[in-house]
Amino acid sequence: MKIRTLILAGIAGATGLGAVAASSAMAAGDQFFPMLVYRTGPYAPSGIPVANGFRDYYTLLNKRDGGINGVKVTFEECETEYNTKLGVECYEKLKNGGSTGATMFNPYSTGITYQLIPKAAVDEVPILSMGYGRTAAADGRVFEWVFNFPTTYWSQASAFINYVGLQEGGMDKLKDLKIAHVYHNSAYGKEANPTLEALAAKYGFELTLLAVDHPGQEQKATWLQVRKKRPDWVFMSGWGVMNQVAIKEAAAINFKMDHFVGNWWSGSDADVVPAGKGSIGYKSATFHAPGDGYQVHKDIVKYVYDGDEAKAKGNNIGEVLYNRAVVNAMFGTEAVRTAMGKFGDKAMTGKQVRWGLENLDLTAARLKELGMEGFTLPVKVSCVDHETGGPIAIQQWDGAKWSVVSDWIPTNRAVVRPLVEKAAAAYAAENKITPRTCN
Amino acid sequence: MLFDIFIAPFLDMVDSPAFFVEVVIVGLLTGVMYSLVALGFVLIFKASGVFNFAQGVMVLFAALTLVGLMEHSVPIWLALVLTVAVMVVLAYMVEWLMLRRLVNQEGIVLFMATIGLSFVLQGLGETVWGSNVKPLDIGIPDASFEIYGVLLNEFDIFAAASGAILVAVLAVFFHYTRIGRALRAVADDHQAALSVGIPLKTIWVIVWAVAGIVGLVAGIMWGAKSGVQFSLSLIALKALPVLILGGFTSVPGAIVGGLIIGVGEKIAEIYWGPLVGGAIENWFAYVLALVFLLFRPQGLFGEKIIERV
Repeated sequence: MKIRTLILAGIAGATGLGAVAASSAMAAGDQFFPMLVYRTGPYAPSGIPVANGFRDYYTLLNKRDGGINGVKVTFEECETEYNTKLGVECYEKLKNGGSTGATMFNPYSTGITYQLIPKAAVDEVPILSMGYGRTAAADGRVFEWVFNFPTTYWSQASAFINYVGLQEGGMDKLKDLKIAHVYHNSAYGKEANPTLEALAAKYGFELTLLAVDHPGQEQKATWLQVRKKRPDWVFMSGWGVMNQVAIKEAAAINFKMDHFVGNWWSGSDADVVPAGKGSIGYKSATFHAPGDGYQVHKDIVKYVYDGDEAKAKGNNIGEVLYNRAVVNAMFGTEAVRTAMGKFGDKAMTGKQVRWGLENLDLTAARLKELGMEGFTLPVKVSCVDHETGGPIAIQQWDGAKWSVVSDWIPTNRAVVRPLVEKAAAAYAAENKITPRTCN
Repeated sequence: MLFDIFIAPFLDMVDSPAFFVEVVIVGLLTGVMYSLVALGFVLIFKASGVFNFAQGVMVLFAALTLVGLMEHSVPIWLALVLTVAVMVVLAYMVEWLMLRRLVNQEGIVLFMATIGLSFVLQGLGETVWGSNVKPLDIGIPDASFEIYGVLLNEFDIFAAASGAILVAVLAVFFHYTRIGRALRAVADDHQAALSVGIPLKTIWVIVWAVAGIVGLVAGIMWGAKSGVQFSLSLIALKALPVLILGGFTSVPGAIVGGLIIGVGEKIAEIYWGPLVGGAIENWFAYVLALVFLLFRPQGLFGEKIIERV
């Protein structure tokens, strides 16, 4: 009887504590950030560093700065397993969290982003799909509630071609080249194809498109075709296990690894380590620096981990995807700060945060204050342009770490922006959206 | 269009014979790897008449255990021994907690039980060893070399040879030993096998343990390519067309089916794939298997069951 009573008391206590914990997360005046994470499932190796990066940056703001302009940051994770259906359920569960509802959503899945785009406008919760999702959302006149700065898949593809031109000694040299795009056979993987086709027509290089079916565990046929076509450069839009296998297979056919460039979802630490020495020289695009040598990392170790560097390392600090999440969390919280500049230092609603995102002007000076000087580039968002078409850099794996090996490479706005506007206009027509006027 | 479908691919093959040979060889080597995964399914189906939904996760679990132990500085030989021991213990647990309670139940009940088992193993593996990608390097050479214009990779040859040896040993074991005959009796009828004194529980433990060891070998070969991670369990999907083609009860069927699927899907992807935008090999494998089924519904080597009514 005693044991039973103790157990019941324990359960009641735990439930009560849970309620207290939940209520503290929902405390009045908090700025609530919902987190759609995938710490389990086939894409967990990518999802874990992303989730840890967000969590650590939000915690840093609370511990170092007391929140955002004095407003405490709260957050709650919801596990999606990178599954679109679960992602939508998580959105519904978390959209009304906190004292003013969800600040914004960072879906970290192109599939989930596509599903949330129509919901965001109805629920008045902005979506920041940083470097993924629907590229056409760059046109803010049609996609009022969706942001995809600092750059998109299409801009990235154009910057990759610019990079090849630089490496080959001029854009006029492209006409003699063969370039292959090895892509995940999904909406995400196909995103870069129209841009690459437009650029192939413009510069005259021979483009080969090679699809790899999900999950990409077996790619022999793809790399046999690469061996047969003998492209000068290979660009890859991969994800998860597809990346690791592709790098291994490229090495197996003796492809020049410094001519094999992944997009920014094909360039994490987990992508290269399993291939061992074969991955040395492999490159990928990025819009932020790798490594943990920046002031923001020192602050995270000091304030979040109480100086315990080993523990911080265990939680992926400095890894590519961790750093991406830190940049993403910073963009989001700086948008909130921008909104507070107009609406006052209190918890912002989704509608106010949307204004903050659209008026975000993140300068080099501000990045320095945040401990991110040189970590990523300044960004200025506008009503018309939710992307900003920021440049990319190329990083290279040396067998132990990633290092940036290029200057910032501009994107080809003259080619990409008309494609964006055309796609956005088609979306508007299909969904009976009247584009707003931006003054 | 008709030219592109019916003539051009063959001209392409004749035009580059060395490349065609390379495609076939790569298909054969890949096919052996598929057979390795299919073999685990066949073993358990033969013993219990159930399609083991958890086989893919067993591949993952075995590889995770091995690499997890190696990460804790356990020497590779000891890690291999310990992993085999873990798979044997797992076989005991499956028999004790699951199979013996479902003797003589419908096949669908056992199938559902294996679905549950797959979730348990997946959760257990992730809880104990984590979800990160774990590199697996057990020292297999992986340099590539060229013979008469055909590029071959040492790792692929090693993996295929290991798989072929394992398949051959198991085929002999199950055809020419008492345990093999007992296994076939159990597969035919649980109660009849029990009535003639065949130790059903022991047979199940042996078969699940062997399937676990086969899973370990498959996990090492596939895991060395991609790193050991959750998606290793999805490799089971590549075994399904092999099973359809080779039959669920035939060890030689698993190897021949694997070779046909391996070669067939590679040729289809390379010579016909570009006509439809590529990425056809996954579904083409099923098409190939289904075409075979039209002529041999029991699979290439499956048993033809005749029941009188």
